[in-house]
Amino acid sequence: MKSVLTKPIADNNPIALQILGICSALAVTSSLQVAVVMSLAVIVVTGMSNLLVSLLRNQIPNSIRLIVQMTIIASLVIVVDQVLKAYAYEISKQLSVFVGLIITNCIVLGRAEAFAMKNGPKASFVDGIGNGLGYTLILLVVGFFRELLGAGKLFGYTVLPTINEGGWYEPNGLMLLPPSSFFIIGLFIWALRSWKREQIETPDFVIAPNSRTAEG
Amino acid sequence: MSIRNLLDSMEPNFHKGGKWEKWYALYEAVDTFLYQPNDRAKANAHVRDGIDLKRIMIMVWFAALPCMFWAMYNTGFQANFALSNDPSLVVDGWRAFLLPASMIDHTSLLANVYHGALYFLPVYATVFIVGGFWEVLFAMIRGHEVNEGFFVTSILFSLTLPATIPLWMVALGITFGVVVGKEVFGGTGKNFLNPALTGRAFLFFAYPAAMSGDAVWVIDGYTGATALSVAASQGMDVLTQTVAWSDAFLGNIQGSMGETSTLAIFIGAAILLTTRIASWRIMLGVLIGMAATSTLFNYIGSDSNPMFAMTPAWHLVVGGFAFGMVFMATDPVSASMTNRGRFWYGALIGFMVVLIRVVNPAFPEGMMLAILFANLFAPIFDHFVVQANIKRRLSRG
Repeated sequence: MKSVLTKPIADNNPIALQILGICSALAVTSSLQVAVVMSLAVIVVTGMSNLLVSLLRNQIPNSIRLIVQMTIIASLVIVVDQVLKAYAYEISKQLSVFVGLIITNCIVLGRAEAFAMKNGPKASFVDGIGNGLGYTLILLVVGFFRELLGAGKLFGYTVLPTINEGGWYEPNGLMLLPPSSFFIIGLFIWALRSWKREQIETPDFVIAPNSRTAEG
Repeated sequence: MSIRNLLDSMEPNFHKGGKWEKWYALYEAVDTFLYQPNDRAKANAHVRDGIDLKRIMIMVWFAALPCMFWAMYNTGFQANFALSNDPSLVVDGWRAFLLPASMIDHTSLLANVYHGALYFLPVYATVFIVGGFWEVLFAMIRGHEVNEGFFVTSILFSLTLPATIPLWMVALGITFGVVVGKEVFGGTGKNFLNPALTGRAFLFFAYPAAMSGDAVWVIDGYTGATALSVAASQGMDVLTQTVAWSDAFLGNIQGSMGETSTLAIFIGAAILLTTRIASWRIMLGVLIGMAATSTLFNYIGSDSNPMFAMTPAWHLVVGGFAFGMVFMATDPVSASMTNRGRFWYGALIGFMVVLIRVVNPAFPEGMMLAILFANLFAPIFDHFVVQANIKRRLSRG
């Protein structure tokens, strides 16, 4: 049970290994606060949708299972969206459509289909939480670097005083643009796979060795 | 003892099991730079030409030298000219220490080159040291050679920067260019983007205030608009009144260090073309693409956008067009590999650069983005050429 929770964090990370849910990781990570709220929303949705799908898994007719899963996920997302609007209106405005787009986040449907349909409710719930945490890890790392390097702040508090505010730090404008998440996620995957080498994919083809020996 | 003997006597230490085994890449780089690679063809094989990658890269570096000297002269000239026109400007910091009053004289060639060198050389040295560090580090860990391609990357990257860019930005840019633009894909020959331009693009988006084309600092406190931004904001009439076409061609204008003189770039192009190192097909493609697209825009015309009226001749001499065409677009790794593909690859660059310059209001200069864009499409052009070739041969029966 513990491995179900911890495995998706480093060994089978939904973003870094399965390469799912990249879209929202690019869009909502320009500041840490937004990234944290988004992560919480995704954890709730993956956990609850896994739980509900698992409870219903023996009743769901196989031919319409995707529709049923989507209905459950969409209902949960709407609830989360309404809760955010009620209690954290400013942040929900910053998240804009991306809370609604959790419906289409591949991680949620992927776990419902791959895990919750085959396992009991308890394990499914833990798996959903675990995958949500894996997603959170990436969002926090990306959000940390983007907000720190792009605006000199963390959670809105100034860490590196920028030149515009009389400090010394020249903010890196690229970090505020979504492509920087690609670079950070890429570097993160590089670091992760240097640590856990079994995640390295086998190459599609191998270039034949040079005709000379290693040292000429 | 000659250097050859010295190197030979040291060599066993660098082989497997030797005490400096890890530093083999560095040894190999020095050895083959001074002498010749020891993996050349020894018998009368099918090799018709003694040139190899190292010599190709050194030739490109050599061809960039006219631009480099012009970069120093023109940077110094612009700075000295500004200083002599406006007495309120002063040189401060370490440059003031190294700059005697006799060297602030815009009529003296030596003074201009000297003053410009104070700007260019620190940038070049930073690029070389920081980029070289990454290059050697990856070579040591991955066990490949330190390649002369880095000479080219470093000089081209330095020449595309504005004179007063802070050195830490230079270090960051070349780091990004070498590591993300080249080494993560496996090093020289496997990068699909031009590393020098990748580094420049990083700086361009990260620190637009220091890099942007509409206000390149000549010396601290004195900024001059580049020809492109004058044309974009005030129209071609103002541009032709303030800058003569011949000045723009010779390079007496403001801009990034190496890109100003089309003449110096063409000298480099002549070297590259006579030694057949750069592909004339790519250069021709870029030129035709640019001329065709800008002529088209000339005919369409526009009341609100003065860039529509810029003629092909002006497109050629302002901004980074000529520099990109000669040195960046012809990068043999990131360009198309097939001859017919090279025309189309070049034409795409020429088309895109005019499109970005004229139509996109956010970017006065488009050469960097156009080349990076075409880099992405280079393999597709090759694919179509190869497929067409296969089809043609099959139909021949």
